Amino acid sequence: MAEREIVAGAIGQWRQAARTRAGTPRGGAGGRARLRLGVGAGLLGVLVLAAIVVPWLWPASEQLFDYTQVRLPPSGEHVFGTDQAGRDLFVRTLAGLRVSLLVAAICAVGAITLGTAVGAVAGFLGGWPDRVLMRLLDTVNAVPHLLLGIVIVALYRGSLTAVIVSIVVTHWTTVARIVRAEVLSLRRRPFVDAAISGGATRGHILRRHILPAVAGQAALSAVLVLPHAVWHETALSFLGLGLPPHLASIGNILSDARSELLLGGWWNVAFPSVLLVLTTLATAGIAATLRDRLVPRRRSELAL
Amino acid sequence: MLSATDLVVGYRRGRPVLDGVDIELHPGATVGLAGPSGCGKSTLAAVLALLLEPWSGSVTLDGRPVRRFRHRVSAAERTSIGVVFQQPRLAVDPRWTLDAVVRAPLVASKRRDDGIVAELTEAVGLTRELLGRRPHEVSDGQLQRACLARALVLRPRYLICDEMTSMVDASTTALLVHLVRSVAAAGTGVLAVSHDDALLDAWADDVVRWR
Repeated sequence: MAEREIVAGAIGQWRQAARTRAGTPRGGAGGRARLRLGVGAGLLGVLVLAAIVVPWLWPASEQLFDYTQVRLPPSGEHVFGTDQAGRDLFVRTLAGLRVSLLVAAICAVGAITLGTAVGAVAGFLGGWPDRVLMRLLDTVNAVPHLLLGIVIVALYRGSLTAVIVSIVVTHWTTVARIVRAEVLSLRRRPFVDAAISGGATRGHILRRHILPAVAGQAALSAVLVLPHAVWHETALSFLGLGLPPHLASIGNILSDARSELLLGGWWNVAFPSVLLVLTTLATAGIAATLRDRLVPRRRSELAL
Repeated sequence: MLSATDLVVGYRRGRPVLDGVDIELHPGATVGLAGPSGCGKSTLAAVLALLLEPWSGSVTLDGRPVRRFRHRVSAAERTSIGVVFQQPRLAVDPRWTLDAVVRAPLVASKRRDDGIVAELTEAVGLTRELLGRRPHEVSDGQLQRACLARALVLRPRYLICDEMTSMVDASTTALLVHLVRSVAAAGTGVLAVSHDDALLDAWADDVVRWR
């Protein structure tokens, strides 16, 4: 009897360990994942909607100087308060968020396009093209990303294109790695042999067999890149290297807010920061749930 | 004639799987190849299908030496040899319907369907309903039927059957072998690889036994 209990206990422990390894620990992980997805999607939905609607309802006020309304704390009239030039921070922050999200979305699309192309070609061709492309990738990765971004942006000051390019250049590498790994596992499958035997060219196999198989992974990495891109853009703007100062952007607002903090204007920093953090957390939550569903391997392997 | 002489092939340096092998496939004749697992039957099949480059030795297709393999050999030469793989599950793209699988060689080589698809799918016993399904919705036997149809859809002059019947039941085996025999009777050279001696005795004109 005692022996049976010991065995049962061991099996229970083993099961728990296996579940933990598989990333589905007991205790309603499914429910928690659904909650995370729901909260993330809801939050992001509200933020995106607000970022679209609010600056559209008050089109000019993000740039409207009003020196009778300078440095007002949050109130019913100005929900987030006003800054040193009397601009309404609520409208300005949401306008900034819109710019950040737009830049991030363009960057994510750019990064997955470049990353998927490089990863698929490197993985599928193998040999010297693979080695050359992967060393190029290592070279990009060897330089600190922010530093590389700063160099690119410093060469072309105050241009939105330069900001986008600098983010794409530093973020395609992760996508390329993931796609290449996937392609490597596909390229020697018998169905590729069958396609070759059926007269398919390499381009045909890449288009019809390989790319559809990695599309899910690529789309997932686009969502994973999104919060990175938001932060990268914010960091560049904060350093005064990103978007031109007259354009509202979370980074620009925070940069202006630094001096206000000394005068007690906490709202200049607090609200834009909270919105920034909420946006990235919401996106990261969605990405993490999608990743767990699409890639049921251990989480650490794909952590970006 | 599809022939290989003095083949040396392997996967790890210094450890050849095949060493000095000769084989000839003549149009209209079926050569059986039997042997225990791991003796290099599939490796030989891959070389003859031009999918694996040998270390040394020569492969000759209809009197012309083949110097390059896989993608590097011309599509015309590649498609003159049909291949049926051992595991149908791995040999088809899981996203494609069986109909797309059977038509894939026609699409890839930009040839038109002159009724061959209907003819072959009927011969292998695939109904219209089955052709609309995806690989995970059919059995191994049904999938292997589609794979044989795919291998024959370009009317190859040679057919390599690498353990074609090892994953399928007796009735499907009978149907597939019957079709391959009729194709061989019409002038196709066939290599039938199997470890089932009794099957090869009934199927092949000539059986090569290794070890």
